[in-house]
Amino acid sequence: MTKEWPLWEVFIRGQHGLSHRHVGSLHATDAAHAIQNARDVYTRRKEGVSIWVVPAADITASSPDDKESLYDPADDKVYRHPTFFDIPDDVGAM
Amino acid sequence: MYAQMIKSEATQDDPEKLATFQARIDAGEKIEPKDWMPAGYRKTLIRQIGQHAHSEIVGQLPEGNWITRAPTLERKAILLAKVQDEAGHGLYLYCAAETLGVSRDELTEMLLDGRMKYSSIFAYPTLTWADMGAVGWLVDGAAIMNQVPLQRTSYGPYARSMVRICKEESFHQRQGFDIMMKMANGTEAQKRMAQDALNRFWYPSLMMFGPSDKESVHSEQSMAWKIKMNSNDELRQKFVDQTVPQAEYLGLTIPDETLAWNEEKGGYDFAEPDWSEFFDVLKGNGPCSVERIEARQKAWDDSAWVREARLAHAAKKQAAKVAAE
Ligand SMILES: [Fe+2]
Ligand SMILES: [Fe+2]
Ligand SMILES: [Fe+2]
Repeated sequence: MTKEWPLWEVFIRGQHGLSHRHVGSLHATDAAHAIQNARDVYTRRKEGVSIWVVPAADITASSPDDKESLYDPADDKVYRHPTFFDIPDDVGAM
Repeated sequence: MYAQMIKSEATQDDPEKLATFQARIDAGEKIEPKDWMPAGYRKTLIRQIGQHAHSEIVGQLPEGNWITRAPTLERKAILLAKVQDEAGHGLYLYCAAETLGVSRDELTEMLLDGRMKYSSIFAYPTLTWADMGAVGWLVDGAAIMNQVPLQRTSYGPYARSMVRICKEESFHQRQGFDIMMKMANGTEAQKRMAQDALNRFWYPSLMMFGPSDKESVHSEQSMAWKIKMNSNDELRQKFVDQTVPQAEYLGLTIPDETLAWNEEKGGYDFAEPDWSEFFDVLKGNGPCSVERIEARQKAWDDSAWVREARLAHAAKKQAAKVAAE
């Protein structure tokens, strides 16, 4: 059995002005090949105007176990949300 | 369905972890690849998503059979696009399965050596052009019944691939119904072909949903895990209720003399397919079972040199790039 082609993650910009979004993954031997395959697999109906491909092995992801240490500090900083402040109706839209 | 008779795997995990996991599912949270999951959940999903992916890939064969013989250039282009979509569906699903820790090559090998299955429906032959109509209308129609609720399944990558697939399926069903309309309103001979295709595909389509709830003992755990969203009988009933009026519109007759509207249940009563045939097909004894796996094996063997050459070429280019730096 030969080695498998490496895995790539595919990101697509759906329309001008939007950011790229992860759409899925695929196997390819190099970046150019990954772009070609992404075109066939993920944009058969004009789903995008731009494609990014990234070797899956190069992505560093946060661990689900770190959820608390990463996100809990935000819990006690509710003042970061505009709704924390009561602005009298008389002031008008703000 | 595309994944039939998936037995849920027993799980022997820490009860506390299991409870937390089940609570997440009950709360409608999605499980993502790096999250903790019971070993049984992982194993069952690999089998289910893998079988679903294999069905999309093997499902290309009965339709691919007619690409070169489509009656017009337009029909040919449409069928080609439809079959290409099915290849895409297989790829989305293989990727979803891979996030659970199985490799693409392993999945392919398990299909080829019979450890993994594909849907019983694709073991039937496509004998005439009208079969392209019946497959799109009935087979893709049945697949949609099952795939729409699976968009809400608990495993994130599986749910997301279902969303992509569902967006594309409606074209498949409509192009099939369009072929059926043409045939059913055509010459006497064309009408006969349309009726014959319906006759041959009706019961195999009903089998797609899997055996009756009374017999499918594996559903409970999968339902709790939200990897099976509806019971087999529930979806089959829905499919029949939707399809009968469509057949009437076409002026075709469903090959079931017992078919009758049941006012009380608000649905049709209909005859069950021959389940012994279903189990036989699933064991690999369908009319085209051998041919299908042979075709997959040939494609796998014949493309081995491409897989190798691609890798060698990429390595060579990479080496030249490093040397130039
Ligand atoms: Fe499909
Ligand atoms: Fe399909
Ligand atoms: Fe389809």
